[in-house]
Amino acid sequence: MNTPAATGAPPETRGLESAFEDTIARDQRVEPRDWMPEGYRKTLVRQIAQHAHSEIIGMQPEGEWITRAPSLRRKAILFAKVQDEAGHGLYLYSAAETLGADRSDMTERLIEGRQKYSSIFNYPTRTFADVGVIGWFVDGAAICNQVPLCRSSYGPYGRAMVRVCKEESFHQRQGYELLLTMMRGTDAQRAMVQDAVNRWWWPSLMMFGPPDDNSPNSARSMAWKIKRHTNDQLRQRFVDMTVPQAEKLGVTLPDPELRRNEERGHHDFGSPDWAELQRVISGDGPCNAERIARRRAAHEEGAWVREAATAHAAKQAARTREGAAA
Amino acid sequence: MSDEDLYVDHDNSRWAFGTGFTDPLHGVDQAVPDGVDAGDLAACCLALGDDALVSAQRLAEWCTRAPELEEELALANIGLDLLGQARLLYARTGRADGTGRGEDAYAYFRDPAGFRNVRLAELPGGDFAFTVARLLVLSTWRLALFEELTGAPDPVLAGIAAKSVKELAYHRHYAAGWTVRLGDGTEESRARLESALRDIAPWLDELLTDRTTARLGLTPAAVADRTLASLTEVFGRAGLEPAEVMPPGPASMPRVPGSGRNADHTEHLAPLLAELQSVARAHPDAAW
Repeated sequence: MNTPAATGAPPETRGLESAFEDTIARDQRVEPRDWMPEGYRKTLVRQIAQHAHSEIIGMQPEGEWITRAPSLRRKAILFAKVQDEAGHGLYLYSAAETLGADRSDMTERLIEGRQKYSSIFNYPTRTFADVGVIGWFVDGAAICNQVPLCRSSYGPYGRAMVRVCKEESFHQRQGYELLLTMMRGTDAQRAMVQDAVNRWWWPSLMMFGPPDDNSPNSARSMAWKIKRHTNDQLRQRFVDMTVPQAEKLGVTLPDPELRRNEERGHHDFGSPDWAELQRVISGDGPCNAERIARRRAAHEEGAWVREAATAHAAKQAARTREGAAA
Repeated sequence: MSDEDLYVDHDNSRWAFGTGFTDPLHGVDQAVPDGVDAGDLAACCLALGDDALVSAQRLAEWCTRAPELEEELALANIGLDLLGQARLLYARTGRADGTGRGEDAYAYFRDPAGFRNVRLAELPGGDFAFTVARLLVLSTWRLALFEELTGAPDPVLAGIAAKSVKELAYHRHYAAGWTVRLGDGTEESRARLESALRDIAPWLDELLTDRTTARLGLTPAAVADRTLASLTEVFGRAGLEPAEVMPPGPASMPRVPGSGRNADHTEHLAPLLAELQSVARAHPDAAW
C-alpha cells in the first residue's frame, strides 16, 4: 500500500520523505523538528486543534453545575474535573503549537466557526444526573478514542494523551460512582439517571464519528498512524464495555436492537441518527450557538486583561534593558 | 484488571482528597482541649468556613469565563483550595458545637441569616480587576489571620491553619502578580484596578476589626497591621498610590455599617446561596 506521503513529493524532499516513512513503518515517533509531509502536519493540526477545542467547549455543559452541585464533595470533584479539562486544552494547544500553529489563532478559528469541536457538547445538561452520565458515557467514549492515541505517531500528541487518559479514567470513574450513589437513593434520583441515560446514549455513540464507509479522513490518518482504529471499531468497543456497566447500574440503554451476538462475540446495536449528527456538526444542534457565544464572550471580555499583561511585560523588558545599559 | 474492577473499586486510598470518605478529619483526635471554649471555637471555625465557601462560590462563577486558560486553571485552583478549607472548618465546627453535623448541613441547610462570612466575600463577581483586587485583599488578610491561627490553642484548628497558610500564600502571590500587571499594564487596566479597589475600600474595615479569633486568645490588631503593610507593599509595586486606592489607616476609612459576622449581609448573599443550595434542597432525602 502506498502511504499518502509517497505521492507527488518534489525531488529535493524524497530523501526526507523516505526517512519519515521509515520512522512511521518502524512505529517510532515523529518529533517537532523532524521533516514531515505538509499533509501530515495539516491533518495533525486539524485533529489536535479540534481535540483542544472540545476540551475547552466541553467545560461548559458540566461547568454549569459546579455552583449547584448538591454536596461539597461533589462540588470539589466536579470543580477539579472541569479544571482538568482546561488543563487538557492547554496541553493540546501546546502540542499543536509544536507544529507551528498558534493558540490565539486557533481560538479565533473556533469562535468564528472555522474549526470544529466534538458535537456531543452541543447537547444541554438538564439535571445533576447529566454530570454522572457525561462522566460515564462521554468520558468513557473519549477514553476509547484516546487510549490508542497514546501510541500516535506524533510524539508531543502521544505524550499529551498519556496524561489526558489518566485523568479521563478518573473522570469516568467519578461519573459512574455518582450514578451508583444516585441509583441507591430516591425514586426521583433513579428517574433522573434513566432520563439522562436516554438523552445521552445516542449522541455518545455519534462521538466516534461517521460510519467507516463515510469517513473521508480515516484511511489517511490510519496509514500515517495518527489514528490506530476505525470509528466503527471504537464504537463497538464502547458498546461492549458499557452494556455490562448499565446492567450493574440498573438502567436500560435506549436501543431495542441492542443484544449480545455470541457468534461475533460482540453486541449488535442500532444505528444512530446520522442526519442528526450532520445537523449538529454543521451548527444546528441544541446548544451550538450558546456554546460558541460563551467562548467568544470570555475571549472578547478578556482582551483588555491580555493586553495589560503584554504591556506590562514590554515595560518590564524595557526597564531591564535600561538597567543593563546604565 | 477487568473494566468492572476499574469502576466498582472501593479502594479509597486511590481516590483524591474528599472523594472516598465523608469525614475529612477522620483519624484525627477531635476532642476539644481543656481550656478552649467549644462555643468560641465553633463560632470561629464557622465564620472562617463561611468566608471560604462563599469565596469559592464566587470563584466558581468564573469557570469558562476567564480571560485566558492559565487564569481558568489558577482561579479554579484557588476556588478548590478554599472549598477544601471550608470543608475542614465545617467538620471542626460540627464537633465543637456538639451537634455532630456534617459539612453539607452547614453549606446547604442554613439560611442567609445563619451565615457569618465577611461581606466582601459575597459581593457580586464584577470584572477580572475586581476579582483580582478582592482576592488580593481577602487572601492577604486571611493569610495574616491563619498565620496567627497556626498557634491556636486548638490543635485541629492550628493544623487546618498550617495547611491553609501554604495555599493562601499562593493565592496572595497570584493576586499580587495580577495587581502589578494591571497597575503597570495599560491605561484601561489601571483605571479598572483603581476603580475596583475604590469599590472594595468600604468593606475593608470589617476585615481589619474582625474579632472572631480574639476569643481564642489571638490578637486582631497584629493581623490588621500585617494586612495593611502587605497591601501597601503590593500597591507600591503596582505603581499605585496607596492613599489613592485605600485610605491610609482604619480611622479614616469609609465603612459600611454592620458586619457579616453578625449576619448583617448584603442583598447579594441570598441569591448566591439560593443557587448553591438549589439541588440539595429540592431533594432533601437524596444521597449524592
